[in-house]
Amino acid sequence: MTEGRNPQSPQQRERATTIFEKGAPGRRAFRAPDLDVPAVDGLIPAASRRAASPRLPEASEPEIVRHYVNLSKRNFDLDSGFYPLGSCTMKHNPRLHERVAALPGHARLHPLQDPRRAQGALELMFELQGALAEVAGLPHVSLQPSAGSHGELAGLLLTRAYHADRGEQRTKVLTPDSAHGTNPATVTMAGYEVVKVALDAAGGVDLDDLRAKTDENVACLMLTNPSTLGIFDPNIEQMASIVHETGATLYYDGANLNAIMGYSRPGDMGFDIVHFNLHKTFTQPHGGGGPGAGPIAVSDRIEPFLPRPQVVRRAPSNGGPPVYDLDEDRGGRESKSIGKLRGFQGNYGVFVRTYAYIRSLGAEGLKDVSEVAVLNANYVLARLREKVGDQLPLAFGERCMHEFVLSGAPMKKQLGIRTLDLAKRLLDHGVHPPTVYFPLVVEEALLVEPTETETRETLDQFVDAVAAIVAEAAQDPEIARNAPYTTPVRRLDEAGAAKRPRVRQAL
Amino acid sequence: MAGYTSVTPEDLAHMLDVIGVGSVEELFDGIPAGVRLRRPIDLPPGQPEQAVYAELRRLAARNVSTEDEITFLGAGMYDHYVPSIIDMLMSRSEFLTPYTPYQPEVSQGGLQVMFEYQTAISELTGLPVSNASVYEGPSAVGAAAYMAKLASKRPRLLVSRGVHPHSRATLETLAVGYGTTVEEIALEDGVTELDALRAALSDEVGAVVIQQPNFLGTIEDVTALSAAAHEHGALVICAADPLTLGVLEAPGNQGVDVCVGEGQSLGNRLDFGGPSFGFFAATEKHLRAMPGRIAGETTDADGRRGFVLTLQTREQHIRREKATSNICTSQALNALGGVVYLSWLGRQGIVELGELMLQRTHYARETLAALDGVTKLHDRPVVREFALRLAVSDREAVGRVLERCAAAGVNAGYALGRSYDEHPDGLLVAITEQRSRADIDRLAEVLGAAVAAERATVGAGATA
Repeated sequence: MTEGRNPQSPQQRERATTIFEKGAPGRRAFRAPDLDVPAVDGLIPAASRRAASPRLPEASEPEIVRHYVNLSKRNFDLDSGFYPLGSCTMKHNPRLHERVAALPGHARLHPLQDPRRAQGALELMFELQGALAEVAGLPHVSLQPSAGSHGELAGLLLTRAYHADRGEQRTKVLTPDSAHGTNPATVTMAGYEVVKVALDAAGGVDLDDLRAKTDENVACLMLTNPSTLGIFDPNIEQMASIVHETGATLYYDGANLNAIMGYSRPGDMGFDIVHFNLHKTFTQPHGGGGPGAGPIAVSDRIEPFLPRPQVVRRAPSNGGPPVYDLDEDRGGRESKSIGKLRGFQGNYGVFVRTYAYIRSLGAEGLKDVSEVAVLNANYVLARLREKVGDQLPLAFGERCMHEFVLSGAPMKKQLGIRTLDLAKRLLDHGVHPPTVYFPLVVEEALLVEPTETETRETLDQFVDAVAAIVAEAAQDPEIARNAPYTTPVRRLDEAGAAKRPRVRQAL
Repeated sequence: MAGYTSVTPEDLAHMLDVIGVGSVEELFDGIPAGVRLRRPIDLPPGQPEQAVYAELRRLAARNVSTEDEITFLGAGMYDHYVPSIIDMLMSRSEFLTPYTPYQPEVSQGGLQVMFEYQTAISELTGLPVSNASVYEGPSAVGAAAYMAKLASKRPRLLVSRGVHPHSRATLETLAVGYGTTVEEIALEDGVTELDALRAALSDEVGAVVIQQPNFLGTIEDVTALSAAAHEHGALVICAADPLTLGVLEAPGNQGVDVCVGEGQSLGNRLDFGGPSFGFFAATEKHLRAMPGRIAGETTDADGRRGFVLTLQTREQHIRREKATSNICTSQALNALGGVVYLSWLGRQGIVELGELMLQRTHYARETLAALDGVTKLHDRPVVREFALRLAVSDREAVGRVLERCAAAGVNAGYALGRSYDEHPDGLLVAITEQRSRADIDRLAEVLGAAVAAERATVGAGATA
């Protein structure tokens, strides 16, 4: 293995040191404003006074900047290279969004500012509610949930409130085997029991199994469509009627909305509640793991239970311009609202970016997003099938929507490398690997989502890299098994980390 | 084509040929006719970048930001100075655009930032384990209560009325799902009533939730409240204001089991309420029950020091319905702002900043309480925020006073009547390092005049 003997890169030679190990006692960056009022002693009772100051870093500003800039260079990022991470929709993040979100009128607006002096923010939120409602095909939107999983929780609490209002106590929630892990975890948090629904031979929900498991105790079916297998379930209308006949709700996990804008809407498929992942479909930067936002859209029958506050528009009686307000006051005893899911109004900074994106693209642009996302995915799929179809076959079907799942099982058997090895070797090719080992229903799964913002040349390079790794493994599987070689660190001992957890710097 | 795609007609022809279809529409054939959208999406056409910029600028101009007035509004989010290095670091592509660090070999930067962040939060709170952050403050309180419920299986939760109204409302919402009753402990003279807490406690109480300083700005006797809760085996969850922890004792040293809170004041923008981050720290025994991502230290195949997401068997993508929480992500970028801010502030700075707020808050409280028609709501010690009573008729009158102040360019604070029916005449005033003595004197001038004007109007109305 030649690469292992190569000289180490500067990053590999340098031992990782934290900001707490840098600096020196007494060193500092912050200069406090002068004390301009008379100093008074004893303002804090002795028992509540901090005895020993927190051991925060002691470093100069240049030291801090260099530390974090050097740390940043130990990250792979979307601006540097291809990131086909399935189910995550790693599309380009327009910098216009950062510029407008940073305008002081947005960035330095206090969340409790009098609504009369936050009219621009409320107008933006109101317009965004309307735009998301149109994309979802459902009339009412709450922007409040902070993430997709938070939207799911909202959806199940809404379902519970809806049934309770009808005097019903339901205990079970259905999720297909291919569901995101957040779905079953949310079901438990909302106080329901998970019932899994099997998949049919084509990767869709098994209608017979669904019928058998749908009874008066089922509160909801949670579904992603297209599914995490990248397949649009052709039986969606039958599924909706099976679920609705028993009075249960149909919940749409919007993780895969990027595939269908302009072609179909969850509301038209029969869904009652939908969450959006604004950090996926609407390109809020992922930030290395947050922030995001998970607004929900709902049908008329769910609307009375929505979280508060809602943004509302009122037309003044004198015929003047509309006035926007936060509708908090319905939270009283008479209210059917489930209440609040978090502080304030939601992740407004994310809403500003989403609004800018929708204004930039418009109706045609959103449809173009889905068309090119699906085109790119099918192109990569077709080229991979041609080059490595024997080793990495498509798990289900013939074509895909915006993403597809390959199975690395034949590759493992024929070449002796696992999907994980392929992923690690891709790192040496300057590509972020696709999602591995999800969905769980596919052995050695590789979930590829190229997104619409990648060029044909990038897609070709990815296919060539995968083909090169498969060819290399046919000669010497050890190369992939020990990859990566060029990254700041090599494979990490995750089992050891979990066995003896060290979760903070020893000081 | 519009937007950020790049398919030329030549690309398209080639790609369709490789796929083996005649058109892009054909790729959507799997969508049944009955659920197809048969018209264009009803949204305005797309606009060039400069037009969108102008539109967002128009909307921004319709907001009165903290740059446009002297603000004393706090109540959970605060107008602190955000140092320039934070803007620079948070906008770096390498921090802004990656996903959650699923491939640790190419995510060492982000993972080490999480590890440093966890260290800083542990130091601030005096608790040994921290996660990599959760959504924001009130939902962090909710997440802590859920953890307590899973750990204790007890059906009751006690929450001080001094806890932020949004946190209490969030607890109520979530508790319906996991089957806990939420009961409130009243405030007496500005602090949680210890006797009422003792009376309400039983072996059915899984956790007691308090806030330090509480919503009225008052310093709670955390040690006494914790001791009372522990007598019945209840966990103590404390929501803390992190910027007061340079001068206030670490909750971990006062018997608190789980310390959570809103992280916005640590180098994050106000953003009309988000995104920010929530912090979540606990005693060692809760490590494997915590929600959210946790970064841990390890070594690579060559023995180099490195970092990974660890203890993932707690999490939804592994444990599914048995996970300790459904939380899928942290607020990594906002937490980066938090740890850079704490590094910039430093060990001395966090004490100096706390001391400055303490002194200016004392000055402001005494100055304002000396005005005609203005008194303190209570005399208890405060750090950076305090409550006043205005001698005006009702909640609407407080609104008119605030309106007069706003017209003079001063946002005098938060009308307590918005969330505390028992304080219709209350005003909550927040101080940061950005509010100088001159600003406070200006507030005194404007508030004094506004209260006087309101009283004169009512007086005139009464005699007419």
